[in-house]
Amino acid sequence: MDYEPKILGFLCNWCSYAGADLAGVSRIQYAPNLRVIRVMCSGRIDPIFILEGFLKGIDGIMVLGCHLGDCHYINGNYEAEIKIGVLNKLLKLIGFSERLILDWVSASEGNRFAQVVNEFTEKIRDLGPSPIKDKKYKINITDELNVIKSALSDIRLRVFIGRKRSIITEGNVYGEVISEEEFDKILDQAIYDEYIRNKILLKIKNKSKSVPEISKEIRVEPNRVLEHIICLKSRGLVDFDKIIDIYPKFISIKEE
Amino acid sequence: MEKVGAVLVIGGGIGGIQASMDLANSGYKVYIVESTTSIGGVMSQLDKTFPTNDCSICILAPKLVAAGRHENINILINASVERVEGEAGNFTAHIKQKSLFLDQKKCTGCGLCARVCPVEAIDIFNEGLSTRSAISVKFPQAVPLVYSIDKDKCIGCGVCEGRCEANAIDYTLEDKIITINVGAIILAVGFDEFDPTPLKSYGYGKFFNVVTSTQFERILSASGPFSGTIIRPSDGLIPRKIAFLQCIGSRDRHIGIEYCSSVCCMYTTKEAVIAKEHMELVQPTIFSMDIRACGKDFDKYIERAKDEYGIRYIRSRISFIKEVSDTKDLILQYETENGKIIEESFNLVVLSVGAKPHHSALELARTLNIKLNEFGFCKTDPFFSIQTSRKGIYVCGMFSEPKDIPETVIEASAAAGTVNVLLSDVRNTLVREKELPEELDISNEPPRIGVFICHCGINIGGVVNVPEVVEYAATLPDVVYAERNLYTCSADTQVNIKEKIKEYNINRVVVASCTPRTHESLFQATIREAGLNKYLFDLANIRDQCSWVHMHEPEAATEKAEDLVRISVAKVRNLIPLEEQKVKVTHKGIIIGGGVAGMTAALNLAEQGYEVYLVEKNNRLGGYSNNIFSSLESDDVQIFIKELIEKTDNHKLINVFLDAQITSISGYIGNFTTNIIYSKEKIQTSFNHGIIIVATGAKEYQPEDNEFLFGQDDRIIIQSKLENILFTDEKKLKNIRSMVMIQCVGSRNEEHPYCSRICCSEAIKNALKTKELNPDINIIILFRDIRTYGFKEKYYNLARDKGIIFLRFNEDKPPEVKVINESLNVLLSRSDIGELKFNTDLVVLSTGIIAPKENSDLAKILKVPLNEDNFFLEAHVKLRPSDFATDGVFLCGTARGTANIKESIAQAISAASRAVTILSKDMLKTEGITSYIDEKKCIG
Repeated sequence: MDYEPKILGFLCNWCSYAGADLAGVSRIQYAPNLRVIRVMCSGRIDPIFILEGFLKGIDGIMVLGCHLGDCHYINGNYEAEIKIGVLNKLLKLIGFSERLILDWVSASEGNRFAQVVNEFTEKIRDLGPSPIKDKKYKINITDELNVIKSALSDIRLRVFIGRKRSIITEGNVYGEVISEEEFDKILDQAIYDEYIRNKILLKIKNKSKSVPEISKEIRVEPNRVLEHIICLKSRGLVDFDKIIDIYPKFISIKEE
Repeated sequence: MEKVGAVLVIGGGIGGIQASMDLANSGYKVYIVESTTSIGGVMSQLDKTFPTNDCSICILAPKLVAAGRHENINILINASVERVEGEAGNFTAHIKQKSLFLDQKKCTGCGLCARVCPVEAIDIFNEGLSTRSAISVKFPQAVPLVYSIDKDKCIGCGVCEGRCEANAIDYTLEDKIITINVGAIILAVGFDEFDPTPLKSYGYGKFFNVVTSTQFERILSASGPFSGTIIRPSDGLIPRKIAFLQCIGSRDRHIGIEYCSSVCCMYTTKEAVIAKEHMELVQPTIFSMDIRACGKDFDKYIERAKDEYGIRYIRSRISFIKEVSDTKDLILQYETENGKIIEESFNLVVLSVGAKPHHSALELARTLNIKLNEFGFCKTDPFFSIQTSRKGIYVCGMFSEPKDIPETVIEASAAAGTVNVLLSDVRNTLVREKELPEELDISNEPPRIGVFICHCGINIGGVVNVPEVVEYAATLPDVVYAERNLYTCSADTQVNIKEKIKEYNINRVVVASCTPRTHESLFQATIREAGLNKYLFDLANIRDQCSWVHMHEPEAATEKAEDLVRISVAKVRNLIPLEEQKVKVTHKGIIIGGGVAGMTAALNLAEQGYEVYLVEKNNRLGGYSNNIFSSLESDDVQIFIKELIEKTDNHKLINVFLDAQITSISGYIGNFTTNIIYSKEKIQTSFNHGIIIVATGAKEYQPEDNEFLFGQDDRIIIQSKLENILFTDEKKLKNIRSMVMIQCVGSRNEEHPYCSRICCSEAIKNALKTKELNPDINIIILFRDIRTYGFKEKYYNLARDKGIIFLRFNEDKPPEVKVINESLNVLLSRSDIGELKFNTDLVVLSTGIIAPKENSDLAKILKVPLNEDNFFLEAHVKLRPSDFATDGVFLCGTARGTANIKESIAQAISAASRAVTILSKDMLKTEGITSYIDEKKCIG
């Protein structure tokens, strides 16, 4: 069957969208697969938007903004870099990261715009259609994307994302600047933990399970699963359901 | 030098709290310096306490609240002592208080900040079994209930500041130095748990299913990470077979820790029992060398653990643990009673870790210029366990030697009691009493009710529709005013409540917020300050018993909150002002019993200027200690007793009555009258007094005729007789080549099902003395468990080093004493080594201590209870060891249970300290709510 990738682009009003217009004015031809959503700034793109796109069956998503330093809002594109960076780390965990790019195209780069679009379209073409369209993988990949979506909806990662730039550049509330490396060490652990926790929540959404059962399903060491369960329990998201013989079973009590 | 009527208490655990409460209630200003962010100490981490299985936090929390609210106690959290100058009576202490990055006065403890904090850190309170935020409260019942930022973990994102509705968070707050002036210092810093990580053979930190006893305590706790379900860390399953290994970091000369940690045998048994109570399928096994259940009613607890709960005890010291790699189960190797070596698999291993000196011990010793002992604990006086090497600085609890909670509480009161003597001239100089306006007369007014409804941040407001409840409250009969507050308990709301009372002429108040158990008295104080009688108040619990428990049913919760408010409004409409009666206090005390405890208590009170009647039934003072020559540590008891008697006899405020008997006691706290008959001439007299201290002591058990042939052969003697020979008549030992001591005579049997606590030490003391006089005498000690708790273990080791032989016998197969052809023999039968026969020149029976029969007579006169063994029963075995349930009556010494001299002295000063909380007051207030008889309805 013939496959034409569906590409979605979030273009910032001031640079990339203008760059796309310039490509038009210059009559530069590029692949017809792209559908564009104009936003005021690449920093406006909540990772959730991207996940919604993937959940709806988009094969590849591009976020294009001004070059670093050129942002109309001074540092919106730095924020975008952080947001997409965190999303990318999560997508890597489910093997989906190649379907997303963040790039910079200025208002004067009509050529570059066409080139970026063409290259990404070809890449997505090579990757093949999004697995979400395949019946075999649909449930699994939908679950995984939803796990990431809930991890990113929760306040914890959002606080990290929202405060990272100021903490690593201007300094935190104590006026101390934390190096990006040090910050990312904490953030990366949080990304992984929240991914696993949301995965656990999904696995015990309707049916309670014991730690070894969950461990087997998500392929995480049982002692780590227990630690996550205890954390979720303290957040009021998990509770004991019942105890059968020596098997305590846990269930998600998260409100949807 | 001028004395200062204030005291610094370092450490806010149960010891520090008890000492502070006693002192604050005796007319002194108290500063508690606590290194963590809440008072409560280790006790707040415990699930239950032995031997009563009381919920630890449930009995502790009211004490924390009382200390936190006390007018004259100032709690400095997150603080440490930097420097101290001056001398007894007048010290200047420089306290460093680390920043909480939050204004303690503004924080309401609602916890919103912690929920938005993105940082996760190890929760030390839960012993690393869970995580907490960088902004956190130490535990839910913390006092003061304030959050604090852990600066080491905080990334400074600032989210908590935005979330805090009380505007409490302030990242600019810096550490500060507070300088205070005090007359005395009490050290109650506690201890550190032994960290078993360096003992590689146990695999702690490497094997998931090897945990420490404190971790297990948190696993058991209903407020712990697993909500009380016993779960093992490797896979979240319930461990069917749990092994407890005793003496980890105790009684181990290889690692340089010689002493016994005293509490582990009991807390382990408790943990095993509670585990079994939580889950029937759990099978606990305890591996130990000895079982040291030498406190009051402890042996009975062990017997119950064995018989009722089926806890298995195996006498063995496990030296290593193997892990099964796939199941993460653990293999232990041990020797059975028959001498067979076997391997057994367990699902979870709990290491019963011992107590180490507190990590601040060395530095504190340097700062305060006090000495530590050879084990690194605080060095104390041989007879006064609360006296450090420096005058004006006292110690209580684990900082001086491992001990359990009641002993800590006793020492805490004793330390306070010693301060009482030092600072009695400046009592009541720095304390303040609140000046209150005259109470308004509302008797002719119809009820005018004010209702204040709390949002508690979002704790209530997030579930209950508070504006709707306010609207509803305003419609209720007699309600003239209703409003809602973000935090009704906050300081600014208290001002607001008082203003509203004036503005609307409110004469009854309802607050709908949290629980009356913690907050009723706060609001009562507020309305009293506004001139209302404090009983014209009711609290509707719409948080703990409404919004928190119906989080997902906001409508039903709102309806319930409305009902609760209506109930409270209906109640306050019927309330009338109640009067708190005031009664005068007679500043005198009676002490029953003139032994070491009685004399010590008498002197303590007399030295503070209170007249004492000391009533002794015999014709001389000194009691049983007249028979004791030396302590285990070789301190001369006779010299001490002689001085004590002299001091007692010579003190002009102590009236000694010998050959005395109490005929009646009447009255109540503050105002008792006692009649006695005394002297050979049977003179009758009576006196009035405000308090009573029972110090009647106990007796040595006398073996029955057939018991080990005692009384049938004069080569069979009891331990006190041997002591007498050793110290007064050592020639008698001339022909002795060997002696056999038999322990537990008249103890731990059906008739006396308790341990006499001192006999092991007495036997070792006399054995060592014998060896000192003649090293060639062979000594064998036959025992069931050697119970040389605490630092006494050193002498057990010393005895073995000196060649004294210790052989265990089984309860069901006690040794036999036989005279065969004039020769004295002791026979011992053991399943592992068979039949043994010792030919000996002397048999020494270590007889126990028993409560005199007369105790029941006195108990009737005093209307106080006895325990099953006829010892007096205190108000609460854990937290009120020196009080009777009857107000104004206290107890100490062996009247309470078996104890040695040092312990009796601490108990005596403790009882005196408790008594002074009454004697130091001119008036006592009684509770306003009292019952009365409606004679029309009473049918008699």
